[in-house]
Amino acid sequence: MNASSTLVTSRPDRSLTVTDRVARGLGWFSLALGAAEILAPGRLGRALGLEGKERLLQAYGGREIGAGVWALSDTPAPAIWARVAGDLVDLATLAAGLRGADDEQKRNNLVALAAVGGITLVDLLTALSLTAEQSERRGDTGRDYSDRSGFPRGVEQARGLAGQQAVPVDFQVTATAERREEALEPA
Amino acid sequence: MKALVWHGKQDIRHETVPDPAIEAPRDAIIKVTSCAICGSDLHLFHNCIPAMKPGDIVGHEMMGEVVETGSAVTNLRKGERVVIPFTINCDECDQCRRGNYSLCERSNRNGELADKVFGHRTAGLFGYTHLTGGYAGGQAEYLRVPFADSTHIKVPDGMTDEQALFLGDIFPTGWQAAIQADIQPTDTVAIWGAGPVGQMAIRSAILLGAKQVICIDRLPERLSMAEAGGAVPINFEDESVLERLNELTDNRGPDKCIDCVGLEAHASQHIDSMIDRVKQATLMESDRPHVLREMIYVCRGGGVLSIPGVYGGLVDKIPFGMAMNKGLTFRMGQTHVRRWTADLTRRIAEGQIDPSFVITHTAKLEEGPGMYRVFEQKQDSCIKVVLKPN
Repeated sequence: MNASSTLVTSRPDRSLTVTDRVARGLGWFSLALGAAEILAPGRLGRALGLEGKERLLQAYGGREIGAGVWALSDTPAPAIWARVAGDLVDLATLAAGLRGADDEQKRNNLVALAAVGGITLVDLLTALSLTAEQSERRGDTGRDYSDRSGFPRGVEQARGLAGQQAVPVDFQVTATAERREEALEPA
Repeated sequence: MKALVWHGKQDIRHETVPDPAIEAPRDAIIKVTSCAICGSDLHLFHNCIPAMKPGDIVGHEMMGEVVETGSAVTNLRKGERVVIPFTINCDECDQCRRGNYSLCERSNRNGELADKVFGHRTAGLFGYTHLTGGYAGGQAEYLRVPFADSTHIKVPDGMTDEQALFLGDIFPTGWQAAIQADIQPTDTVAIWGAGPVGQMAIRSAILLGAKQVICIDRLPERLSMAEAGGAVPINFEDESVLERLNELTDNRGPDKCIDCVGLEAHASQHIDSMIDRVKQATLMESDRPHVLREMIYVCRGGGVLSIPGVYGGLVDKIPFGMAMNKGLTFRMGQTHVRRWTADLTRRIAEGQIDPSFVITHTAKLEEGPGMYRVFEQKQDSCIKVVLKPN
Protein backbone atom coordinates (compact mmCIF):
# COMPACT_ATOMS: atom_id res chain seq x y z
CA MET A 1 0.00 0.00 0.00
CA ASN A 2 1.35 3.41 -0.87
CA ALA A 3 0.94 5.79 1.99
CA SER A 4 1.10 9.07 0.12
CA SER A 5 -2.62 9.57 0.26
CA THR A 6 -2.75 9.02 4.00
CA LEU A 7 -0.22 11.58 5.11
CA VAL A 8 -1.65 13.86 7.72
CA THR A 9 0.91 16.60 8.20
CA SER A 10 0.80 19.82 6.30
CA ARG A 11 4.39 19.06 5.20
CA PRO A 12 5.20 15.38 4.77
CA ASP A 13 8.87 16.04 5.57
CA ARG A 14 7.93 17.22 9.08
CA SER A 15 5.94 15.37 11.68
CA LEU A 16 4.66 18.46 13.50
CA THR A 17 1.86 20.43 11.88
CA VAL A 18 1.40 24.18 12.29
CA THR A 19 -1.54 23.43 14.56
CA ASP A 20 0.64 21.21 16.75
CA ARG A 21 3.10 24.07 17.14
CA VAL A 22 0.36 26.57 18.03
CA ALA A 23 -1.06 24.09 20.57
CA ARG A 24 2.38 23.82 22.19
CA GLY A 25 2.66 27.60 22.31
CA LEU A 26 -0.70 27.76 24.04
CA GLY A 27 0.49 25.13 26.49
CA TRP A 28 3.52 27.21 27.48
CA PHE A 29 1.34 30.33 27.65
CA SER A 30 -1.04 28.49 29.98
CA LEU A 31 1.82 27.51 32.27
CA ALA A 32 3.13 31.08 32.42
CA LEU A 33 -0.29 32.60 33.05
CA GLY A 34 -1.12 29.94 35.62
CA ALA A 35 2.12 30.63 37.48
CA ALA A 36 1.38 34.38 37.51
CA GLU A 37 -2.15 33.81 38.83
CA ILE A 38 -0.94 31.51 41.57
CA LEU A 39 2.11 33.53 42.60
CA ALA A 40 0.79 37.11 42.22
CA PRO A 41 -2.99 37.07 42.63
CA GLY A 42 -3.00 40.32 44.60
CA ARG A 43 -1.27 42.40 41.92
CA LEU A 44 -3.40 40.88 39.17
CA GLY A 45 -6.60 41.43 41.19
CA ARG A 46 -5.80 45.06 41.87
CA ALA A 47 -4.92 45.74 38.26
CA LEU A 48 -8.11 44.16 36.91
CA GLY A 49 -10.63 45.37 39.47
CA LEU A 50 -10.89 41.91 40.99
CA GLU A 51 -9.76 42.78 44.49
CA GLY A 52 -10.90 40.27 47.07
CA LYS A 53 -10.98 37.52 44.49
CA GLU A 54 -7.39 36.37 44.96
CA ARG A 55 -8.40 32.82 45.84
CA LEU A 56 -10.50 32.63 42.68
CA LEU A 57 -7.55 33.86 40.62
CA GLN A 58 -5.33 31.22 42.20
CA ALA A 59 -7.88 28.54 41.38
CA TYR A 60 -7.88 29.78 37.78
CA GLY A 61 -4.10 29.54 37.92
CA GLY A 62 -4.35 25.89 38.89
CA ARG A 63 -6.71 25.33 36.00
CA GLU A 64 -4.25 27.01 33.62
CA ILE A 65 -1.36 24.87 34.86
CA GLY A 66 -3.41 21.70 34.34
CA ALA A 67 -4.42 22.76 30.83
CA GLY A 68 -0.83 23.73 30.04
CA VAL A 69 0.62 20.39 31.11
CA TRP A 70 -2.04 18.55 29.15
CA ALA A 71 -1.57 20.74 26.07
CA LEU A 72 2.12 19.83 26.05
CA SER A 73 1.33 16.10 26.12
CA ASP A 74 0.92 14.01 22.96
CA THR A 75 -2.89 14.40 23.08
CA PRO A 76 -3.42 18.17 23.30
CA ALA A 77 -6.92 18.51 21.78
CA PRO A 78 -8.95 18.00 25.00
CA ALA A 79 -6.67 20.47 26.79
CA ILE A 80 -7.25 23.14 24.17
CA TRP A 81 -11.01 22.59 24.39
CA ALA A 82 -10.65 22.93 28.17
CA ARG A 83 -8.85 26.19 27.55
CA VAL A 84 -11.77 27.43 25.41
CA ALA A 85 -14.16 26.68 28.28
CA GLY A 86 -11.75 28.36 30.71
CA ASP A 87 -11.55 31.42 28.46
CA LEU A 88 -15.33 31.83 28.65
CA VAL A 89 -15.18 31.66 32.44
CA ASP A 90 -12.36 34.24 32.42
CA LEU A 91 -14.37 36.57 30.17
CA ALA A 92 -17.37 36.34 32.50
CA THR A 93 -15.18 37.02 35.54
CA LEU A 94 -13.51 40.01 33.88
CA ALA A 95 -16.88 41.39 32.79
CA ALA A 96 -18.11 41.11 36.36
CA GLY A 97 -15.00 43.01 37.49
CA LEU A 98 -16.07 46.05 35.45
CA ARG A 99 -18.75 46.80 38.03
CA GLY A 100 -17.42 49.15 40.69
CA ALA A 101 -13.97 49.44 39.13
CA ASP A 102 -12.25 52.82 38.97
CA ASP A 103 -11.22 54.33 35.63
CA GLU A 104 -7.75 52.85 35.56
CA GLN A 105 -9.02 49.42 36.56
CA LYS A 106 -11.71 49.65 33.87
CA ARG A 107 -9.04 50.46 31.28
CA ASN A 108 -6.93 47.50 32.44
CA ASN A 109 -9.98 45.31 32.55
CA LEU A 110 -11.02 46.21 29.00
CA VAL A 111 -7.50 45.52 27.75
CA ALA A 112 -7.63 42.15 29.52
CA LEU A 113 -11.06 41.43 28.02
CA ALA A 114 -9.72 42.18 24.53
CA ALA A 115 -6.66 40.01 25.14
CA VAL A 116 -8.68 37.09 26.48
CA GLY A 117 -11.11 37.52 23.57
CA GLY A 118 -8.23 37.23 21.13
CA ILE A 119 -6.78 34.21 22.93
CA THR A 120 -10.24 32.62 22.96
CA LEU A 121 -10.36 32.92 19.18
CA VAL A 122 -6.90 31.32 18.83
CA ASP A 123 -7.87 28.56 21.26
CA LEU A 124 -11.11 27.88 19.43
CA LEU A 125 -9.47 27.73 15.99
CA THR A 126 -6.68 25.49 17.33
CA ALA A 127 -9.15 23.15 19.06
CA LEU A 128 -11.26 22.88 15.91
CA SER A 129 -8.20 22.23 13.78
CA LEU A 130 -6.78 19.60 16.15
CA THR A 131 -10.13 17.83 16.28
CA ALA A 132 -10.40 17.88 12.48
CA GLU A 133 -6.83 16.51 12.15
CA GLN A 134 -7.57 13.79 14.66
CA SER A 135 -10.65 12.59 12.85
CA GLU A 136 -8.69 12.68 9.58
CA ARG A 137 -5.89 10.68 11.22
CA ARG A 138 -8.30 8.13 12.57
CA GLY A 139 -9.05 7.31 8.92
CA ASP A 140 -9.71 3.73 7.99
CA THR A 141 -9.30 1.56 11.08
CA GLY A 142 -10.37 -1.94 11.88
CA ARG A 143 -9.07 -3.44 8.63
CA ASP A 144 -9.20 -7.21 8.52
CA TYR A 145 -5.76 -8.84 8.51
CA SER A 146 -7.07 -12.33 9.12
CA ASP A 147 -5.27 -13.60 6.01
CA ARG A 148 -1.84 -12.69 7.46
CA SER A 149 -0.74 -15.67 9.52
CA GLY A 150 2.93 -15.31 8.62
CA PHE A 151 3.13 -19.09 8.35
CA PRO A 152 3.32 -20.10 4.67
CA ARG A 153 2.18 -23.63 5.55
CA GLY A 154 -0.44 -22.60 8.10
CA VAL A 155 -0.59 -22.23 11.89
CA GLU A 156 -1.06 -25.88 12.80
CA GLN A 157 1.83 -26.98 10.59
CA ALA A 158 4.00 -24.38 12.31
CA ARG A 159 3.05 -25.23 15.89
CA GLY A 160 6.01 -26.74 17.70
CA LEU A 161 8.30 -26.73 14.63
CA ALA A 162 11.12 -25.20 16.65
CA GLY A 163 10.64 -27.52 19.60
CA GLN A 164 12.21 -27.37 23.02
CA GLN A 165 15.74 -27.69 21.69
CA ALA A 166 15.48 -24.08 20.44
CA VAL A 167 15.68 -22.85 24.05
CA PRO A 168 19.36 -22.67 25.12
CA VAL A 169 20.29 -24.00 28.54
CA ASP A 170 20.92 -20.52 29.94
CA PHE A 171 17.34 -19.50 29.06
CA GLN A 172 15.63 -22.49 30.67
CA VAL A 173 13.65 -21.45 33.73
CA THR A 174 10.65 -23.75 33.85
CA ALA A 175 10.56 -26.72 36.18
CA THR A 176 9.32 -29.28 33.67
CA ALA A 177 8.66 -32.84 34.79
CA GLU A 178 11.87 -34.07 33.14
CA ARG A 179 14.01 -31.30 34.58
CA ARG A 180 12.45 -31.75 38.01
CA GLU A 181 13.11 -35.46 37.91
CA GLU A 182 16.71 -34.82 36.98
CA ALA A 183 17.11 -32.11 39.61
CA LEU A 184 15.59 -34.16 42.43
CA GLU A 185 17.44 -37.36 41.55
CA PRO A 186 19.35 -38.65 44.57
CA ALA A 187 23.08 -38.14 44.20
CA MET B 1 22.54 12.49 2.24
CA LYS B 2 18.94 12.59 3.41
CA ALA B 3 17.87 11.22 6.79
CA LEU B 4 15.11 11.42 9.38
CA VAL B 5 16.31 13.67 12.17
CA TRP B 6 14.95 14.00 15.73
CA HIS B 7 14.35 17.57 16.88
CA GLY B 8 12.24 17.04 19.98
CA LYS B 9 8.94 15.66 21.11
CA GLN B 10 6.89 14.49 18.10
CA ASP B 11 9.25 16.44 15.87
CA ILE B 12 10.98 14.32 13.21
CA ARG B 13 12.17 15.98 10.01
CA HIS B 14 13.48 14.76 6.67
CA GLU B 15 16.69 16.72 6.26
CA THR B 16 20.04 16.85 4.54
CA VAL B 17 22.87 15.71 6.83
CA PRO B 18 26.57 14.99 6.26
CA ASP B 19 27.38 11.65 4.62
CA PRO B 20 28.80 9.07 7.03
CA ALA B 21 32.45 8.10 6.64
CA ILE B 22 34.71 5.31 7.85
CA GLU B 23 36.01 6.32 11.29
CA ALA B 24 37.64 3.11 12.51
CA PRO B 25 39.17 0.01 10.89
CA ARG B 26 36.19 -2.17 11.83
CA ASP B 27 33.60 0.22 10.29
CA ALA B 28 31.55 -0.27 7.16
CA ILE B 29 29.22 2.04 5.26
CA ILE B 30 25.88 0.64 4.16
CA LYS B 31 23.64 2.03 1.47
CA VAL B 32 20.24 1.56 3.10
CA THR B 33 17.67 -0.13 0.86
CA SER B 34 14.92 -0.64 3.46
CA CYS B 35 14.32 0.55 6.98
CA ALA B 36 11.36 0.45 9.32
CA ILE B 37 9.76 2.50 12.04
CA CYS B 38 9.80 0.52 15.26
CA GLY B 39 7.48 0.81 18.25
CA SER B 40 10.47 1.91 20.32
CA ASP B 41 11.03 4.75 17.83
CA LEU B 42 7.69 6.02 19.11
CA HIS B 43 9.13 6.16 22.64
CA LEU B 44 11.82 8.48 21.23
CA PHE B 45 9.17 10.35 19.26
CA HIS B 46 7.29 10.98 22.50
CA ASN B 47 10.52 11.95 24.25
CA CYS B 48 10.06 9.20 26.82
CA ILE B 49 13.66 8.00 26.56
CA PRO B 50 16.20 10.34 28.16
CA ALA B 51 19.34 11.73 26.53
CA MET B 52 18.26 12.30 22.94
CA LYS B 53 19.71 15.40 21.29
CA PRO B 54 18.23 17.56 18.52
CA GLY B 55 19.95 16.56 15.31
CA ASP B 56 20.12 12.83 16.10
CA ILE B 57 19.41 10.56 13.13
CA VAL B 58 16.81 7.98 14.15
CA GLY B 59 16.09 4.41 13.10
CA HIS B 60 17.40 1.05 14.22
CA GLU B 61 15.75 -1.42 11.83
CA MET B 62 17.62 -1.27 8.56
CA MET B 63 19.31 -3.24 5.84
CA GLY B 64 21.20 -2.48 2.70
CA GLU B 65 24.27 -3.02 0.57
CA VAL B 66 27.85 -2.67 1.70
CA VAL B 67 29.49 0.24 -0.14
CA GLU B 68 32.70 0.70 1.84
CA THR B 69 34.64 -1.19 4.49
CA GLY B 70 37.38 -0.31 6.95
CA SER B 71 40.79 -1.94 6.73
CA ALA B 72 40.02 -4.55 9.40
CA VAL B 73 36.76 -5.78 7.87
CA THR B 74 37.63 -8.87 5.89
CA ASN B 75 34.35 -10.74 5.94
CA LEU B 76 32.23 -8.23 4.01
CA ARG B 77 32.60 -7.19 0.40
CA LYS B 78 31.08 -4.34 -1.56
CA GLY B 79 27.60 -5.06 -2.86
CA GLU B 80 26.78 -7.70 -0.25
CA ARG B 81 23.29 -7.44 1.22
CA VAL B 82 23.21 -7.25 4.98
CA VAL B 83 20.70 -6.65 7.74
CA ILE B 84 22.16 -4.59 10.57
CA PRO B 85 21.22 -5.68 14.11
CA PHE B 86 20.12 -2.76 16.27
CA THR B 87 22.57 -3.83 18.99
CA ILE B 88 26.18 -3.10 18.08
CA ASN B 89 28.54 -5.83 19.27
CA CYS B 90 32.29 -6.31 19.29
CA ASP B 91 32.19 -10.12 19.50
CA GLU B 92 35.28 -10.05 21.73
CA CYS B 93 34.30 -8.81 25.20
CA ASP B 94 33.18 -11.10 28.00
CA GLN B 95 29.47 -10.33 27.52
CA CYS B 96 29.64 -10.97 23.76
CA ARG B 97 31.43 -14.26 24.41
CA ARG B 98 28.55 -15.22 26.72
CA GLY B 99 26.07 -14.44 23.94
CA ASN B 100 24.82 -11.33 25.73
CA TYR B 101 25.30 -9.12 22.69
CA SER B 102 22.99 -6.35 23.92
CA LEU B 103 25.31 -5.98 26.89
CA CYS B 104 28.49 -5.64 24.82
CA GLU B 105 31.06 -3.89 26.99
CA ARG B 106 32.94 -2.16 24.19
CA SER B 107 30.44 -0.86 21.64
CA ASN B 108 28.85 1.92 23.71
CA ARG B 109 31.05 4.94 23.08
CA ASN B 110 29.31 6.76 25.94
CA GLY B 111 29.99 3.85 28.27
CA GLU B 112 31.11 6.05 31.16
CA LEU B 113 27.82 7.94 31.08
CA ALA B 114 25.91 4.64 30.94
CA ASP B 115 27.97 3.32 33.86
CA LYS B 116 26.79 6.26 35.93
CA VAL B 117 23.13 6.05 34.91
CA PHE B 118 22.61 2.27 34.65
CA GLY B 119 25.28 1.13 37.10
CA HIS B 120 27.00 -0.74 34.29
CA ARG B 121 27.04 -0.05 30.59
CA THR B 122 25.01 -1.75 27.91
CA ALA B 123 25.74 -2.12 24.20
CA GLY B 124 25.75 0.69 21.69
CA LEU B 125 22.50 0.99 19.77
CA PHE B 126 21.75 2.67 16.46
CA GLY B 127 19.43 5.67 16.36
CA TYR B 128 18.76 5.69 20.06
CA THR B 129 19.62 7.64 23.18
CA HIS B 130 23.14 8.94 23.91
CA LEU B 131 23.11 6.60 26.91
CA THR B 132 23.60 3.86 24.34
CA GLY B 133 26.24 5.65 22.32
CA GLY B 134 24.17 8.13 20.33
CA TYR B 135 25.05 6.40 17.06
CA ALA B 136 23.40 7.73 13.91
CA GLY B 137 20.41 5.59 12.93
CA GLY B 138 19.36 3.86 9.77
CA GLN B 139 16.35 5.90 8.66
CA ALA B 140 18.74 7.44 6.21
CA GLU B 141 20.27 6.88 2.81
CA TYR B 142 23.55 5.65 4.28
CA LEU B 143 24.66 4.26 7.63
CA ARG B 144 28.02 3.87 9.32
CA VAL B 145 28.21 0.51 11.05
CA PRO B 146 30.80 0.30 13.86
CA PHE B 147 32.23 -3.17 14.53
CA ALA B 148 30.77 -4.07 11.16
CA ASP B 149 32.66 -7.35 10.91
CA SER B 150 30.52 -8.68 13.76
CA THR B 151 27.48 -6.38 13.55
CA HIS B 152 25.78 -7.71 10.46
CA ILE B 153 23.59 -10.53 9.21
CA LYS B 154 24.19 -11.66 5.65
CA VAL B 155 21.04 -12.00 3.57
CA PRO B 156 20.80 -15.29 1.67
CA ASP B 157 20.28 -15.10 -2.09
CA GLY B 158 16.65 -15.03 -3.04
CA MET B 159 15.43 -13.56 0.24
CA THR B 160 13.60 -10.25 -0.27
CA ASP B 161 14.20 -7.13 1.80
CA GLU B 162 10.72 -7.51 3.26
CA GLN B 163 11.46 -11.07 4.42
CA ALA B 164 14.88 -10.24 5.86
CA LEU B 165 14.52 -6.73 7.28
CA PHE B 166 12.99 -7.72 10.60
CA LEU B 167 15.92 -10.01 11.45
CA GLY B 168 17.55 -6.82 12.75
CA ASP B 169 15.07 -6.26 15.56
CA ILE B 170 11.42 -7.23 15.86
CA PHE B 171 11.67 -10.88 14.81
CA PRO B 172 14.53 -11.79 17.18
CA THR B 173 12.93 -9.55 19.81
CA GLY B 174 9.66 -11.48 19.65
CA TRP B 175 11.66 -14.69 19.48
CA GLN B 176 13.81 -13.88 22.51
CA ALA B 177 10.64 -12.88 24.37
CA ALA B 178 9.25 -16.36 23.78
CA ILE B 179 12.59 -18.09 24.42
CA GLN B 180 12.94 -16.20 27.73
CA ALA B 181 9.54 -17.58 28.72
CA ASP B 182 10.91 -21.10 28.19
CA ILE B 183 7.62 -22.22 26.63
CA GLN B 184 6.49 -25.79 27.25
CA PRO B 185 3.94 -27.78 25.20
CA THR B 186 1.47 -27.53 28.10
CA ASP B 187 1.77 -23.77 28.47
CA THR B 188 -0.75 -21.03 27.98
CA VAL B 189 1.14 -17.92 26.93
CA ALA B 190 -0.51 -14.50 27.28
CA ILE B 191 0.96 -11.69 25.21
CA TRP B 192 0.08 -8.06 25.91
CA GLY B 193 0.27 -5.85 22.82
CA ALA B 194 -0.47 -6.86 19.23
CA GLY B 195 1.95 -4.42 17.69
CA PRO B 196 4.84 -5.66 15.53
CA VAL B 197 6.84 -7.21 18.41
CA GLY B 198 3.67 -8.77 19.85
CA GLN B 199 2.89 -10.28 16.43
CA MET B 200 6.39 -11.77 16.25
CA ALA B 201 6.12 -13.07 19.83
CA ILE B 202 2.85 -14.82 18.94
CA ARG B 203 4.46 -16.58 15.94
CA SER B 204 7.50 -17.46 18.03
CA ALA B 205 5.33 -18.94 20.80
CA ILE B 206 3.52 -21.04 18.19
CA LEU B 207 6.82 -22.24 16.68
CA LEU B 208 8.02 -23.13 20.17
CA GLY B 209 4.93 -25.24 20.66
CA ALA B 210 2.73 -23.38 23.15
CA LYS B 211 -0.57 -25.14 23.78
CA GLN B 212 -2.51 -21.88 23.80
CA VAL B 213 -1.47 -18.33 22.89
CA ILE B 214 -3.61 -15.38 23.94
CA CYS B 215 -3.14 -11.80 22.78
CA ILE B 216 -4.46 -8.66 24.49
CA ASP B 217 -4.96 -5.38 22.63
CA ARG B 218 -7.76 -2.97 21.79
CA LEU B 219 -7.39 -2.46 18.03
CA PRO B 220 -9.49 -4.82 15.89
CA GLU B 221 -7.04 -4.82 12.98
CA ARG B 222 -4.16 -5.84 15.24
CA LEU B 223 -6.25 -8.49 16.95
CA SER B 224 -7.31 -9.88 13.56
CA MET B 225 -3.62 -10.27 12.64
CA ALA B 226 -2.92 -11.85 16.03
CA GLU B 227 -5.75 -14.32 15.55
CA ALA B 228 -4.46 -15.16 12.08
CA GLY B 229 -1.16 -16.12 13.69
CA GLY B 230 -2.83 -18.53 16.07
CA ALA B 231 -3.69 -16.38 19.09
CA VAL B 232 -6.96 -16.11 20.98
CA PRO B 233 -7.74 -12.37 20.92
CA ILE B 234 -8.88 -10.35 23.94
CA ASN B 235 -10.03 -6.79 23.34
CA PHE B 236 -9.49 -5.05 26.67
CA GLU B 237 -12.00 -2.36 25.75
CA ASP B 238 -14.74 -4.93 25.31
CA GLU B 239 -14.05 -7.46 28.05
CA SER B 240 -12.25 -7.96 31.34
CA VAL B 241 -8.72 -9.19 30.70
CA LEU B 242 -8.47 -10.87 34.09
CA GLU B 243 -11.81 -12.65 33.85
CA ARG B 244 -11.17 -13.80 30.30
CA LEU B 245 -7.64 -15.03 31.04
CA ASN B 246 -8.85 -16.98 34.05
CA GLU B 247 -11.71 -18.40 31.99
CA LEU B 248 -9.29 -19.56 29.28
CA THR B 249 -6.99 -21.21 31.83
CA ASP B 250 -9.46 -22.94 34.16
CA ASN B 251 -8.82 -20.20 36.72
CA ARG B 252 -5.11 -21.01 36.94
CA GLY B 253 -3.83 -18.01 35.03
CA PRO B 254 -1.40 -18.07 32.12
CA ASP B 255 1.84 -19.95 32.74
CA LYS B 256 3.85 -17.39 30.80
CA CYS B 257 3.14 -13.69 30.32
CA ILE B 258 4.90 -11.51 27.75
CA ASP B 259 4.83 -7.70 27.87
CA CYS B 260 5.13 -6.37 24.31
CA VAL B 261 3.78 -2.95 25.33
CA GLY B 262 6.38 -1.34 27.57
CA LEU B 263 6.40 2.14 29.01
CA GLU B 264 3.48 3.70 27.12
CA ALA B 265 0.58 1.47 28.10
CA HIS B 266 -2.73 2.84 26.86
CA ALA B 267 -4.83 4.63 29.48
CA SER B 268 -7.79 2.27 29.76
CA GLN B 269 -10.73 2.27 32.13
CA HIS B 270 -8.41 1.04 34.88
CA ILE B 271 -7.77 3.77 37.40
CA ASP B 272 -4.07 2.93 37.72
CA SER B 273 -3.53 3.51 34.00
CA MET B 274 -5.24 6.91 34.22
CA ILE B 275 -3.10 7.90 37.20
CA ASP B 276 0.03 6.79 35.33
CA ARG B 277 -0.97 9.02 32.40
CA VAL B 278 -1.30 12.06 34.66
CA LYS B 279 1.91 11.29 36.54
CA GLN B 280 3.87 10.83 33.35
CA ALA B 281 2.52 14.10 31.93
CA THR B 282 3.53 15.92 35.10
CA LEU B 283 6.99 14.29 35.20
CA MET B 284 6.22 12.39 38.42
CA GLU B 285 6.75 9.01 36.73
CA SER B 286 8.66 8.22 33.56
CA ASP B 287 6.87 5.00 32.56
CA ARG B 288 3.28 3.74 32.49
CA PRO B 289 3.50 0.16 33.79
CA HIS B 290 -0.14 -0.99 33.77
CA VAL B 291 0.73 -4.14 31.82
CA LEU B 292 3.41 -5.13 34.35
CA ARG B 293 0.91 -4.84 37.20
CA GLU B 294 -1.70 -6.84 35.32
CA MET B 295 0.80 -9.57 34.41
CA ILE B 296 2.01 -9.92 38.00
CA TYR B 297 -1.58 -10.20 39.20
CA VAL B 298 -2.87 -12.69 36.65
CA CYS B 299 0.18 -14.90 36.07
CA ARG B 300 0.03 -18.38 37.51
CA GLY B 301 2.17 -18.95 40.59
CA GLY B 302 5.66 -20.04 39.60
CA GLY B 303 5.14 -18.52 36.17
CA VAL B 304 7.45 -16.46 34.03
CA LEU B 305 7.12 -12.82 33.00
CA SER B 306 9.08 -12.01 29.86
CA ILE B 307 9.51 -8.32 29.13
CA PRO B 308 10.71 -7.30 25.66
CA GLY B 309 8.68 -4.07 25.90
CA VAL B 310 10.93 -1.08 26.48
CA TYR B 311 10.99 0.66 29.86
CA GLY B 312 12.93 3.88 30.21
CA GLY B 313 13.18 4.84 33.86
CA LEU B 314 11.01 4.68 36.94
CA VAL B 315 7.79 2.76 37.50
CA ASP B 316 5.42 3.24 40.42
CA LYS B 317 3.17 0.94 42.41
CA ILE B 318 4.56 -2.35 41.19
CA PRO B 319 3.07 -5.09 43.43
CA PHE B 320 6.40 -6.69 44.13
CA GLY B 321 5.13 -8.47 47.23
CA MET B 322 2.63 -10.24 45.01
CA ALA B 323 5.39 -11.21 42.59
CA MET B 324 7.61 -12.45 45.41
CA ASN B 325 4.91 -14.51 47.06
CA LYS B 326 3.86 -16.07 43.76
CA GLY B 327 7.45 -17.01 42.99
CA LEU B 328 7.42 -15.34 39.59
CA THR B 329 10.48 -15.24 37.38
CA PHE B 330 11.22 -12.02 35.50
CA ARG B 331 13.22 -12.18 32.25
CA MET B 332 13.89 -9.03 30.27
CA GLY B 333 16.40 -7.02 28.31
CA GLN B 334 17.26 -5.61 24.95
CA THR B 335 17.58 -8.33 22.35
CA HIS B 336 20.83 -10.22 21.87
CA VAL B 337 20.00 -10.08 18.16
CA ARG B 338 22.93 -12.02 16.74
CA ARG B 339 22.39 -14.87 19.15
CA TRP B 340 19.23 -15.83 17.28
CA THR B 341 19.66 -14.70 13.73
CA ALA B 342 21.37 -17.73 12.17
CA ASP B 343 18.50 -19.91 13.39
CA LEU B 344 15.80 -17.42 12.37
CA THR B 345 17.33 -16.77 8.94
CA ARG B 346 17.23 -20.51 8.32
CA ARG B 347 13.58 -20.68 9.39
CA ILE B 348 12.68 -17.92 6.93
CA ALA B 349 14.69 -19.58 4.15
CA GLU B 350 12.96 -22.91 4.86
CA GLY B 351 9.54 -21.29 4.66
CA GLN B 352 8.60 -21.96 8.29
CA ILE B 353 7.73 -18.29 8.67
CA ASP B 354 7.59 -15.18 6.50
CA PRO B 355 7.94 -12.05 8.68
CA SER B 356 6.77 -9.76 5.87
CA PHE B 357 3.19 -10.52 6.92
CA VAL B 358 3.40 -7.64 9.41
CA ILE B 359 4.06 -4.87 6.84
CA THR B 360 0.98 -2.75 6.32
CA HIS B 361 2.52 0.44 4.89
CA THR B 362 5.43 1.18 2.58
CA ALA B 363 6.54 4.74 1.85
CA LYS B 364 9.51 6.78 0.67
CA LEU B 365 12.00 8.01 3.26
CA GLU B 366 10.89 11.61 2.64
CA GLU B 367 7.40 10.60 3.75
CA GLY B 368 8.82 9.21 6.98
CA PRO B 369 7.90 12.10 9.31
CA GLY B 370 4.28 11.84 8.23
CA MET B 371 4.40 8.07 8.63
CA TYR B 372 5.53 8.54 12.24
CA ARG B 373 2.22 10.29 12.84
CA VAL B 374 0.30 7.61 10.93
CA PHE B 375 1.96 4.88 13.04
CA GLU B 376 1.58 6.85 16.26
CA GLN B 377 -2.12 7.48 15.68
CA LYS B 378 -2.71 3.93 14.37
CA GLN B 379 -4.24 5.66 11.38
CA ASP B 380 -5.29 3.64 8.36
CA SER B 381 -4.98 0.35 10.33
CA CYS B 382 -1.22 0.86 10.40
CA ILE B 383 0.82 -1.84 12.13
CA LYS B 384 4.25 -1.71 10.49
CA VAL B 385 5.82 0.93 8.26
CA VAL B 386 8.72 0.20 5.91
CA LEU B 387 10.57 3.15 4.38
CA LYS B 388 12.56 3.08 1.16
CA PRO B 389 15.44 5.58 1.15
CA ASN B 390 17.05 4.69 -2.17
